[in-house]
Amino acid sequence: MTRDEAFLQFLLRMGDNSLILGHRVSEWCGHAPVLEEDIALANTALDLIGQTQMWLGFAGEIDGGKSADDLAFLRDAWDFRNVLLVEVPNGDFGRTLMRQFLFDAWHSIMLGRLMKSSDERVAAIAAKASKEVTYHLERSGDTVVGLGDGTEESHARMQDALNYLWPYVGEMFASDDVDAEIAKAGIAPNPADLRAEYDELIGRVLTEATLIIPESRFAHKGGRDGWMHTEHLGHLLTQMQWLQRAYPGATW
Amino acid sequence: MRAATDQIWGWLDAVPDPEIPVISVVDLGIVRDVRWEDDTLKVTVTPTYSGCPATSVIAMDIETALRDHGIDDIRIETSIAPAWTTDWLSEKGRAKLEEFGIAPPQPAGGPERCPRCASKAVEKVSQFGSTPCKAHWRCTDCLEPFDYFKCI
Repeated sequence: MTRDEAFLQFLLRMGDNSLILGHRVSEWCGHAPVLEEDIALANTALDLIGQTQMWLGFAGEIDGGKSADDLAFLRDAWDFRNVLLVEVPNGDFGRTLMRQFLFDAWHSIMLGRLMKSSDERVAAIAAKASKEVTYHLERSGDTVVGLGDGTEESHARMQDALNYLWPYVGEMFASDDVDAEIAKAGIAPNPADLRAEYDELIGRVLTEATLIIPESRFAHKGGRDGWMHTEHLGHLLTQMQWLQRAYPGATW
Repeated sequence: MRAATDQIWGWLDAVPDPEIPVISVVDLGIVRDVRWEDDTLKVTVTPTYSGCPATSVIAMDIETALRDHGIDDIRIETSIAPAWTTDWLSEKGRAKLEEFGIAPPQPAGGPERCPRCASKAVEKVSQFGSTPCKAHWRCTDCLEPFDYFKCI
């Protein structure tokens, strides 16, 4: 694998994570339990879609002059490089916020390292995104604590959410040839090296939330390398890409 | 004849932010540079939040305003580094925000006082508000809800 091929994969992984999670979170628009949460989720989704434009815009330039829109709307499930965690359905509000927290924690640590990337543009995108993600993490962390250490009902739902999502956490720290190549060039850290900091961060918050982290380290994989996504991604794309599928090339 | 850049900054200071029209795009700190490159005027703009839908409208408004002042050859460039910070809000902009009913950003992470009655008894309703740049607070004295311009 050449450095350019690895670099493209890296950018797609960053961009697809934000795109697919941004789309998932936007599904709450008009449906959240209270108005303030509805607005918060829509704003979080908006930040993530904005970050997607930066990552996929960069990826598209390398990938033969495509636009971020081309990559978002004209690829099929097997071409996406997001981790499985971000494509799982929203479930209830608690599961959505638990997923957000588990992702935000990884995202904030990753972006912090990327701010020191040897690639100037990657560092600039990370610096911009990092400010937004720090804020996301503050909110998702607070909400996880509020609901975990809340009523019997909310506690049970948050523990269920953690149990359900936990097997999807490991993929964020999987490392392959792409990561090795990118790490060698000083563009990004090897994801495996972020795990200790991540465990420390989520351990602190989940303890405060009175939640118990499952012991198993089993991890579902196949998203970030495109080997096999869950069936949910295809369903998500039928919504997200509907317009381009029904009316190819439509613009306005 | 090329207009002086000081003059152009003045013109841009009359272009309102589309979401918060009481302050100008210059007050908001998103116009980073104005310079002539031969006969082309290059204006560098930075987005507030990466997904802010107002960004493209702002670029259009800037271009329209400059054309109204007779400048035809304009290039608007977007720059993301260094990332926008609320430290770039002008003093004039901060005062106008408060007058309008939006509490200006504070390094402490919350509003200094209620923009309506100036009470310090305020509480957070939600970390997010009507636009990406604002959070939702309320005053426990006059009981009015208000927007707080987030500090980033």
